[in-house]
Amino acid sequence: MNFGFTEEQELLRQEVRKFLDAHCPLEEVRKLMETPEGFSRDLWKQMGELGWIGLPIAEVHGGAGLGWVDLVVLLEEMGRTLFPSPFLATTIAAAAIREAGSDAQQAQWLPLLADGSKIGSLAYLEASDRHDEAGLELAAKPNGAGFVLSGDKVQVLDAAAADLFVVAWRGGLAVVERNAKGVTVTPTPSIDQTRRVGRVRFDDVAVAAGAVLANPAALGRVLDLATAAVTAELLGAAEQAIRITVDYAKEREQFGQPIGRFQGVKHPLAEMYVDVESAKSILYYAAWCLDEGDADASRAVSLAKAYASEAFARIGIDAVQLHGGVGFTWEYDPHLYLKRSKWARPAFGDSDFHYDRAIALGEK
Amino acid sequence: MDFHFTPEEEAFRAEVRAFLDENLPPGTNTNDPSFIAEWNRKAREKRWIGFSWPKEVGGGGATIMQQVILKEEMSKRKAPPLGTCFMGLAWVGPAIIQYGTEAQKQRFIPDILDGKYQWCTGYSEPSSGSDLASLQCKCVREGDTYVVNGQKIWTSIAMWSKWIILLVRTDPNVTVKHDGITCLLVPMDTPGITVRPIKNMSGGAMFAEVFFDDVRVPVENRLGAEGQGWQVTVSALAHERSSIAEVEGLKRKLEEVKELARRSTKNGRPALEDDGIRRRIARYEAKIEGMRFNGMRALTKQLKGEPLGAETSINKLLRAELEVAFGEIALEMQGSAGHLEKEIDGGRWQRFALSWPEVVIGGGTPNIQKNIIAERVLGLPKD
Repeated sequence: MNFGFTEEQELLRQEVRKFLDAHCPLEEVRKLMETPEGFSRDLWKQMGELGWIGLPIAEVHGGAGLGWVDLVVLLEEMGRTLFPSPFLATTIAAAAIREAGSDAQQAQWLPLLADGSKIGSLAYLEASDRHDEAGLELAAKPNGAGFVLSGDKVQVLDAAAADLFVVAWRGGLAVVERNAKGVTVTPTPSIDQTRRVGRVRFDDVAVAAGAVLANPAALGRVLDLATAAVTAELLGAAEQAIRITVDYAKEREQFGQPIGRFQGVKHPLAEMYVDVESAKSILYYAAWCLDEGDADASRAVSLAKAYASEAFARIGIDAVQLHGGVGFTWEYDPHLYLKRSKWARPAFGDSDFHYDRAIALGEK
Repeated sequence: MDFHFTPEEEAFRAEVRAFLDENLPPGTNTNDPSFIAEWNRKAREKRWIGFSWPKEVGGGGATIMQQVILKEEMSKRKAPPLGTCFMGLAWVGPAIIQYGTEAQKQRFIPDILDGKYQWCTGYSEPSSGSDLASLQCKCVREGDTYVVNGQKIWTSIAMWSKWIILLVRTDPNVTVKHDGITCLLVPMDTPGITVRPIKNMSGGAMFAEVFFDDVRVPVENRLGAEGQGWQVTVSALAHERSSIAEVEGLKRKLEEVKELARRSTKNGRPALEDDGIRRRIARYEAKIEGMRFNGMRALTKQLKGEPLGAETSINKLLRAELEVAFGEIALEMQGSAGHLEKEIDGGRWQRFALSWPEVVIGGGTPNIQKNIIAERVLGLPKD
């Protein structure tokens, strides 16, 4: 029995933290979020060379062959600095191809994603705003051995930067290239400028048989993997929002003493800490279940996301409030985390969705 | 990360299960005194009472993982406690093992293991609750005797106890309040001790006030050195930190809440089909799972020999929240009848909704736990 990270995982955490602190501190994030593309191609390339983009991709496909527990370490660190990049999008797309693709399909696309030469994204959510297969209404008309796709996908991560999409419809999944005929991408700016999403329209887009993924039933597992990844990133951000607020509370003096001495400041910070630590504990278990193929994975993922989304929403607001007046200036950082919580809360299902799902899974 | 157990650990788990199959068959009346006597005799044979204690003093010398497995299997089968001398096993015994003289160990440890009598705990005072180290119970040495004058409060089961572990102030002139405290072991029938039970809000009386009026205690009954009392008390509270028993207890309680939700109605439907109720129950489940894996993380640190931080405070806070919440949701689901004393299930939920303070307030209130986390983990300035 060992419920801790290995030395290698701790080392990875240190390396990623050092890299991000050196190359992409919040001042740099603020610059990048004002650019049209919203991230640095140069850092993306470096991350590809460091092997981080391919971390959970199998070695035969050019990755490091590590698991979701390792990925959690990486994503917590990226969340901490609100690192803007198509990493989450590409990781989820790669997971979809890994889980649903045939060997040949994996060999075709995964190496391109692993080194960062192509950016991928999963296009699944639609106007129904449902995070399960029942919400999918994209039309897929059989066309020989392939399909013709028509419809809209929303909230597609890094849609504007993506080179290929993994598109989901009821009973099907396929890889569609960004430049395929009939694909239109429209960015939909978020109040969280560090996160890019967009609408992807498919107007009679022809998908060849070879691009239709072999095992579409894997969508459920893909969404579990994606949800765990999102949860790891948001918990890293939540933890840092607490850290920033604690540092401010130690420094800022009122009534002749640091405000962090007042229990009205101390207690909410302690409560936030309890929530983040507990959600992290559940997430680590969920990631382990996903790596082991344990039957409890879906329930654990849902409990982690539900708990974490709710906690982060509160942390975003309290971080602003506990900073007082400066808390809602552009100059201070709490608003960046507050805004991230607005993306993260509904992403891949909000608390209501995941609590409902967890309790239903427990009844099975 | 690895949740697998070693073959030795699995073998021990099988041994515990076999014991339970044999000695706790379904339908056992665990309130029957003759069953409890037999249960404890067999557990004692296995050395599962005082399981973590060294073998030299009659304990089981168990590893941390063995302790976890035993607790987990026992909790899952709702087994009765192992041993009957609750405070003796929880902290009096460990303190004596760590700080006691050879004579004290021989005098007290076998009786604690055999459950010959109860111990109670004289820590809190009327003016020293959360701020325990400010305690003032006066103690003056006269030759080979300590003379104690003062009062203790919230002393659980004082009226049924034969001995008390007592914290007194031997030096009132210290600059650091934690110094100058001494720990004494005192027979409850010593002249000058008066016990007055406190009726609690459930109508029962588990606690008492204990008054000391020129109570004379031989110096040989001192545990540890004079002025070392704080240390003696604090270090004896350190134990296996997996929270496994608490987590299993809360899981069981949540199952009971769900079962109540199935047969309660809300807006003409079973309460368990109500979205609001379902989500509340799911939130509790998340917090229990949080506790479970917080405990596993703490345990992992403990196994690696790393010092523990405020992990126990995190789980204490979560547990406090859940203990209160379970009583609340149960009474809410009973609707207008929620306040009736014995109308539903013989009143067990009403008793539950009034009994959480023993767990929630005893051993440090939630606000104190938050201070501990804020100061020791987050590094915020002390009050």
